[in-house]
Amino acid sequence: MTMRHAITAGFVPLLDSALLVAAKEKGFAAAQSIDLTLVRERSWASIRDRLAVRQFDVAHILGPMPIACNLGLSAPAPKMIVPMALGLGGNAVTVSAALWRAMAEAGATADLDARENGAALRRVIDRRVGEPLRFGVVHPYSGHNYELRYWLAASGIDPDREIDILVLPPPDMGDALAEGLIDGYCAGEPWNTFGVLKRGAHLATVKAAIWKSSPEKVLGVDAGWGEANPEALAALLVALHHASLWCGDSRNHAELASLLALPAYVGREPDLLLPALTGVLPVGGGAVRTVGDFFVPQAKAATFPWKSHALWFYTQMVRWRQVAHTEANRQVAAKTYRPDVYRAALKALGIAMPSASAKVEGALTAETPVGSSGALTLGPDGFFDGGRFDPDDVDGYIAAQSR
Amino acid sequence: MQPGALNVLVIDENRIRAAIIEEGLRDAGYAVTVVEEMQGLARRIAELNPDVIVIDLENPNRDMLESIFQLTRAIQRPIAMFVDKSDEASIEAAVEAGVSAYIVDGLKQERVRPILKMAISRFNAFSRLSRELEETRSELENRKVIDRAKGLLMRSRGLSEEAAYALLRRTAMNQNRKIAEIAQSLVTAASLLDPGAPDPGVKT
Repeated sequence: MTMRHAITAGFVPLLDSALLVAAKEKGFAAAQSIDLTLVRERSWASIRDRLAVRQFDVAHILGPMPIACNLGLSAPAPKMIVPMALGLGGNAVTVSAALWRAMAEAGATADLDARENGAALRRVIDRRVGEPLRFGVVHPYSGHNYELRYWLAASGIDPDREIDILVLPPPDMGDALAEGLIDGYCAGEPWNTFGVLKRGAHLATVKAAIWKSSPEKVLGVDAGWGEANPEALAALLVALHHASLWCGDSRNHAELASLLALPAYVGREPDLLLPALTGVLPVGGGAVRTVGDFFVPQAKAATFPWKSHALWFYTQMVRWRQVAHTEANRQVAAKTYRPDVYRAALKALGIAMPSASAKVEGALTAETPVGSSGALTLGPDGFFDGGRFDPDDVDGYIAAQSR
Repeated sequence: MQPGALNVLVIDENRIRAAIIEEGLRDAGYAVTVVEEMQGLARRIAELNPDVIVIDLENPNRDMLESIFQLTRAIQRPIAMFVDKSDEASIEAAVEAGVSAYIVDGLKQERVRPILKMAISRFNAFSRLSRELEETRSELENRKVIDRAKGLLMRSRGLSEEAAYALLRRTAMNQNRKIAEIAQSLVTAASLLDPGAPDPGVKT
């Protein structure tokens, strides 16, 4: 069969490359007449560079990165759009056995509660003498960096002065922890499960506890390619939508874990990949906890590219002094995410989609039906500290956080 | 200004490739330091204070390296991403070759471009070398399996070495396959028919 579209997508071997992998392996791409080539990369810098020189048309990428590229914070900086998210959540904060013991003595529990365990970490730091604790994150422009900093700051810990935050490749984090080079890390899966099961680490909290239903990886599209190939892009979004339905169905979790375990993809045993899919997580010391909405590939409009997500990432770039806040920069961030492209591509499927392009993040405390069809529910999407982000009041949010 | 005034840091986990690049840059008169160890990289960069950093594109530590550039307290001078933002062709050539380079902000492009060119050509030379090595290796393995197939034919059909080879070649031509493939099939088949024969999967 001759395919109408040839698309090359870069990805990093992580659990949340699932939608792209399923689109290829389960035939959802082929069904849209797409010859989808997936190319594995070992750094986000490499993904960005290959997008910039058009070796990739699209890529699995950290949600804040296309915004950083469009703001010119990173070079070479391909102009990018984000017409779809690749799921919600999926990260965790993992700490060394030694730090966990200290946190447990200070009141932390295995229940992954962001507030309690953040307070325990605060007490550990109060008692600590000598070097600050060191935490690894995967990239400066990552959900990991921002959610870790958010958690620390809301727990009364200054992420700049009281913690040393450094960037490490995720596959090295477990070893760095075991060797005492770092005390904790915030990474995606399977690297938290790997740390817990293979390196004696303990989960402190999870992204879903810090900010429920929060954005993570997205489909980054070379803007020039997207403009020149609107049909191919729309076909890809349809394929990824079908892939998300398949990934979101619990009956497929075992098969998805086996697919991702293949050497061409994540290349780690299925046992390390399954916990993130089921939400039944080994937290350390043999204990297991079930986390609702740990990683959400489909439900709750998980693939919708909310402008409020883009703007929240932008506020954190400003908060941590990666970029100056100007009206022009705010607009660049908001325009990077393209719910209009998402809607246009998926309209013909007749599925329930959010009618708004942005929402007040943290406003939903329970699962809430939206839209007339009632087929779509959103939330809860709360921050653990009760914070709210109104995308119409970026100035106010930035001002409040700079205090 | 003499090129020797520029200080180049090469970060490469592949020692052979690092040595090839180092040699080229040194011959061109640059001061070169090679770093293979990623631990304590921020401190090393602060100590060395390089004008240009060359790193292989596939290095998983590039995100870490770029984050170091953002921490102004870790380095004395700000470092810009990638040489020559304005010149798309040179970025493309670098990505094709698998090399990435960073320069101290404000350094003149004319001074840096020869370094990037050199790195690109040395990376390409290394890739060619690796490819040739790989070809030589598979050539050697092919020869071994053909020798074993010849031996089998000589023993079982009483052929001379020349006749055994001619038979393999004729069969390969008739089936439009490579001699080594025919030889491998024969060795595999022989081992299945005779359990005492050496395992064809074991490379001797």
